[in-house]
Amino acid sequence: MAYDKFTVLRSTAVPLPIENIDTDQIIPARFLKATERVGFGDNLFRDWRYNADNTPKQDFILNNATYSGKILIGGKNFGSGSSREHAAWAIYDYGFRCVVSSFFADIFKNNCLNIGVLPVQVSPEFAEALFTAVHGNPAAEIEINLPEQTITLLSTGAQEKFDISPYKKENMMNGFDDIDYLQSIKPEIQEFASHLPI
Amino acid sequence: MSKTLFDKVWDRHVVRKIEGGPDVVFIDRHLIHEVTSPVAFLGLKTRGIKVLYPERTFATADHNTPTINQHLPVADPLSANQLKALESNSNEYGISHWGLGHQKNGIVHVVGPENGITQPGTTIVCGDSHTSTHGAFGAIAFGIGTSEVEMVLSTQCIMQPKPKKMRITVNGKLGLGVTPKDVALFIISQLTTSGATGYFVEYAGDVFENMSMEGRMTVCNLSIEMGARGGMIAPDETTINYVKGREFSPKGEAWEKAEAYYRTLYTDADAVFDKEYTYDGSTIEPMITYGTNPGMGIGISQHIPDAEHVEGGVATYEKSLGYMGFSEGDQMIGKKVDYVFVGSCTNGRIEDFRAFASIVKGRHKADNVTAWLVPGSHVVEAQIREEGILDILTEAGFTLRQPGCSACLAMNDDKVPAGKYAVSTSNRNFEGRQGPGARTLLASPLVAAAAAVTGVVTDPRTLIEELV
Repeated sequence: MAYDKFTVLRSTAVPLPIENIDTDQIIPARFLKATERVGFGDNLFRDWRYNADNTPKQDFILNNATYSGKILIGGKNFGSGSSREHAAWAIYDYGFRCVVSSFFADIFKNNCLNIGVLPVQVSPEFAEALFTAVHGNPAAEIEINLPEQTITLLSTGAQEKFDISPYKKENMMNGFDDIDYLQSIKPEIQEFASHLPI
Repeated sequence: MSKTLFDKVWDRHVVRKIEGGPDVVFIDRHLIHEVTSPVAFLGLKTRGIKVLYPERTFATADHNTPTINQHLPVADPLSANQLKALESNSNEYGISHWGLGHQKNGIVHVVGPENGITQPGTTIVCGDSHTSTHGAFGAIAFGIGTSEVEMVLSTQCIMQPKPKKMRITVNGKLGLGVTPKDVALFIISQLTTSGATGYFVEYAGDVFENMSMEGRMTVCNLSIEMGARGGMIAPDETTINYVKGREFSPKGEAWEKAEAYYRTLYTDADAVFDKEYTYDGSTIEPMITYGTNPGMGIGISQHIPDAEHVEGGVATYEKSLGYMGFSEGDQMIGKKVDYVFVGSCTNGRIEDFRAFASIVKGRHKADNVTAWLVPGSHVVEAQIREEGILDILTEAGFTLRQPGCSACLAMNDDKVPAGKYAVSTSNRNFEGRQGPGARTLLASPLVAAAAAVTGVVTDPRTLIEELV
């Protein structure tokens, strides 16, 4: 599925300094029943965001109007657990384009890259600095520069480089996905398959 | 050059290496279910492309299915719609479909091995993180997202960088009442839920060599819970005897050829891993979790550790214990249990029900416990009847439900109510995993059985010894 190109993003951020946020928290299983990719943002962090009677939980950050933006900063080991791509869809659909953490779970990271959410892995120290800055000033802006592979806290100028494979970087910058690539090498795949047992 | 088991299987399946990017990896077997496939099929339709090799994909309904009255129409319209989508997509593209009520229906990671779809030395993916289960056969098997499901449907390939390699060796004789589940929970408690992220694990040592295929599947299943993409065990006589003669296993001359290939699948003596861990199996106790991730496990006789003795932030730890209603220093034994769940792709196989029955035999279900016993497939259900296990369960006051993922992720009606405690043989104790507000204690079928008959967390060894 095509997604918006990603080059430079400048935005405020929402801090969620909890470790091991698993994909069941990002979107609980009972909200995975759709057969189309629509409306998942409504149920992002459903059980942290809403009480059982569907009233908002006032102490959860997404219900606090002070914090907003296109960047979500999560604690260490973000996105562990289930492979549900719905977690990445919910984040995208809610309006985030980038998740920053000091450590990501594998499948989640891959899912993000496949749908146009940029996972930016930073050092634990830089993550702490971001949490402190945003908690201190919710209007603090962060710049994610994909061509340069840098993340900058604009208020202080603190900057760090982040890793991304050149292939995935080009995909993100152009809004391409892997299926476009795989389709283009189909004859090579068919030739390869002809030598393998079923 | 010396190769690991993982290298041998991976390298054989690389179609193309992209410079500065991932490998294009050919997938031998693709398993799909109703929850993570509909949007992938929608993608195919939008792009106007077909399924390249429908004979390499197998569909089963499991995540969203009821575990009682499966002969009736599914009441929840959204669930019914997903099941219908799986059926119509499978029919449209010529994919085998084992829907609700089909005699081969069951949990995707139970039916794959049962029918010989899972074979050593193959690559297997599914839109489900517990696809790592199939690594028990010496296959490279891992979970993928829906975008990748679409890739496999359309080109039978995915694009992944080659992961790093880790070996976990466990030697020694396991103690009384210590099962493969305990070995896995022990390893995860040592490595934490992110300790193997970025790695593919090989399990080695006599503890795994001595395990049945069911036990190996339990161990490999839980690889994802320490962050690993997958785990695998080198095929041996146990593996070959299990695979031979199953419906989709190679036959005749093809079997001879396949078996010869299986026998080449081991890590060469001087092959190098990026990371190695070694544990003494004789020190492992029956395990139980006390927190909200699978790494928060301890020996059942132990007390909940203080925040300063666990890895990670204090705030996260306190949030977790607060959710569970536990405190630092609490003893696990004697904690009240409201629900017992036996089933899932982790522990829903025949051996798990044999273990459960070995403890409940001649005893009775505690009045305060609601027990959900859910076989992993119709084949397992039939075995439970044939072996007389059902009679033991019935006599002890238990009933058997119909196959499916059930309370492991509580997508259907099998939800543990808020605040209640469930001892579960499944794989995740995340907040709300078994229902909003539900509190999960992960454990083996033996620990589940001991809780089911006593109504509290109980060391199963005390009940085994009583019988001896």
